Amino acid sequence: MAETINEVKFSDAGMAEIQRYISHYPEGRQKSAILPIMHVAQAEFGGWLSPQAMDKIAEILNIQPIEVYEVATFYTMFNLKPVGKHVLEVCRTGPCCLRGADQVIDMLKEKLNIEEGETTADGMFTLKPVECLASCGTGPMLQVREKFYENIDSEEKLDQFLETMRNTEVETPYHQAQ
Amino acid sequence: MGIKILTEHINVPGIETLEVYRKHGGYRSVEKALKTMSPDEVVEEVKTSGLRGRGGAGFPTGMKWSFLAKPEGVPRYLVCNADESEPGTFKDRYFMEKTPHSLIEGMITSSYALGANTSYIYIRGELMFVLRILEKAIAEAYAAGLLGKNILGSGYDLDLHVAPGGGAYICGEETALLESLEGKRGNPRNKPPFPAVKGLFASPTVVNNVESIASVPWIVNNGGAEYAKIGIGRSTGTKLFSCSGNINKPGVYEIELGVPVEEFIYSDEYCGGIWKGKQLKAVVPGGSSVPILPANLITKTAAGEDRLMTYESLSDGGFVSGSMLGSGAFIVFDEDQCIVRNTWNYARFYHHESCGQCSPCREGTGWMEKVLHRIEHGHGHQQDIDLLVSVAKQIEGNTICPLGDAAAWPVASAIRHFRDEFEWHIKHPKEAILPGAVYRGQLAETIA
Repeated sequence: MAETINEVKFSDAGMAEIQRYISHYPEGRQKSAILPIMHVAQAEFGGWLSPQAMDKIAEILNIQPIEVYEVATFYTMFNLKPVGKHVLEVCRTGPCCLRGADQVIDMLKEKLNIEEGETTADGMFTLKPVECLASCGTGPMLQVREKFYENIDSEEKLDQFLETMRNTEVETPYHQAQ
Repeated sequence: MGIKILTEHINVPGIETLEVYRKHGGYRSVEKALKTMSPDEVVEEVKTSGLRGRGGAGFPTGMKWSFLAKPEGVPRYLVCNADESEPGTFKDRYFMEKTPHSLIEGMITSSYALGANTSYIYIRGELMFVLRILEKAIAEAYAAGLLGKNILGSGYDLDLHVAPGGGAYICGEETALLESLEGKRGNPRNKPPFPAVKGLFASPTVVNNVESIASVPWIVNNGGAEYAKIGIGRSTGTKLFSCSGNINKPGVYEIELGVPVEEFIYSDEYCGGIWKGKQLKAVVPGGSSVPILPANLITKTAAGEDRLMTYESLSDGGFVSGSMLGSGAFIVFDEDQCIVRNTWNYARFYHHESCGQCSPCREGTGWMEKVLHRIEHGHGHQQDIDLLVSVAKQIEGNTICPLGDAAAWPVASAIRHFRDEFEWHIKHPKEAILPGAVYRGQLAETIA
């Protein structure tokens, strides 16, 4: 069992994943594993990185907390505020817009009654428009955690997607791999 | 149908598994290179092939390899750049997802050529599902003795790992990628020293794109000279093109370099023509950062010659009447697409993705986004157009890394070729605020 710091505790599977990533780098270069560890932390702790979670990462890597904060604030995948159960990361970049991404974002705002960056009152969805996700040939599209949902080119498909998500539990892939 | 070097077996069921991949000739290049060739011989074959970097810059891969410093007792690294984030580009993601062993085979053969005993695939963090596919394939390769100690009894050792990014376009720039791989913010480094001298962990490092590395096994198996016979002139071999936008058949196509652009757009074998029977308006041929070309300049050069899908032909005319092949991201615009809105979209992207290290890029991308936003939303002034040109000029060439150029070129080229559309937007503020404002080249026209 991992030790706790301010009530932050990784699961055994999460710690195993962290140690595996650290082992990929030469002795003394363990900081290289910071990004994959942050992904593990975000998956384990409700989809965002709290200051306590970042402090825990610093402790594991034997680096200063500021070194974790400065990395976390640079990369867009890390949420630094609490988010909903499902973060809808909708591609808003050129090629997807040529196929209707703006309309998808507008429909989501209307259907969920939230603005960009906000979370629904029931805590189910956060709307987070993002830049190109390398799915330009299958746009409009969005990502939820590790899955791509592509060709969302009609309101019917969007409704179907939202209904599916309402009945979808959060999965952590490396837990299944254990 | 031309020759398929990368995608011949991509749709074979189970090709993502080692068993099926080997049944179709997989890993032959590892056997051949490690047992019958010296590392320098592999490098020479890649040089002979004329293979050019497929990530966007188009620099000769073999030449890049030959720059690698080889100090005694210092490890060398090969890092695969799988941080595919250039808008319009999705070839590497598709390729890795479908046939992960092709990349792993290329990594082994290339690492051997470079004398690297540890190599990394840096993949964008959003593609975590692809990372898991790669890790599964890597585990199979280790179990089969294709990775690890004494590969196939050759005496050569290689460890291969996949590292996810965290969501930053700038990490596709090789030195920013290395910073990120070291666990830091992805700020590009000053060059020199180049990675070939001082790269990952201050050691000599080569950074290559997925497609470049995946082309190496074919070159080893068939010889560089055979590869050089494919394509035209200095554009040798085949290339993966990611096609998106207003076409009937978006997707990834492997083509022999030299196919006429017109055929590529309209042939059923490739993009299948413009969707909904509309007219072609413009094309961005190499990813969001390369100059946009209007319909009349994408199929023909300014001199009236057929434009071909090659590095040289797509850049014929320089930035006055040409563009670049770039990453091979072919984005097509139909007659109803609004160039101003699209340019604002890309400006927003580059502002969002600027690492903030250089003032011209950090401030300039923000200014361009703001000015384009106000034009698109009906608050523009005629002098804004020249202001945009001026800001773009002041960013270009004045930054540590090419992101500044990448931000400037779409804006400068859009104004160069579609200036009247910008003027129209400013003159018709009410219509201009409508998404997808219609423009067909006549200033008097208003939205139907």
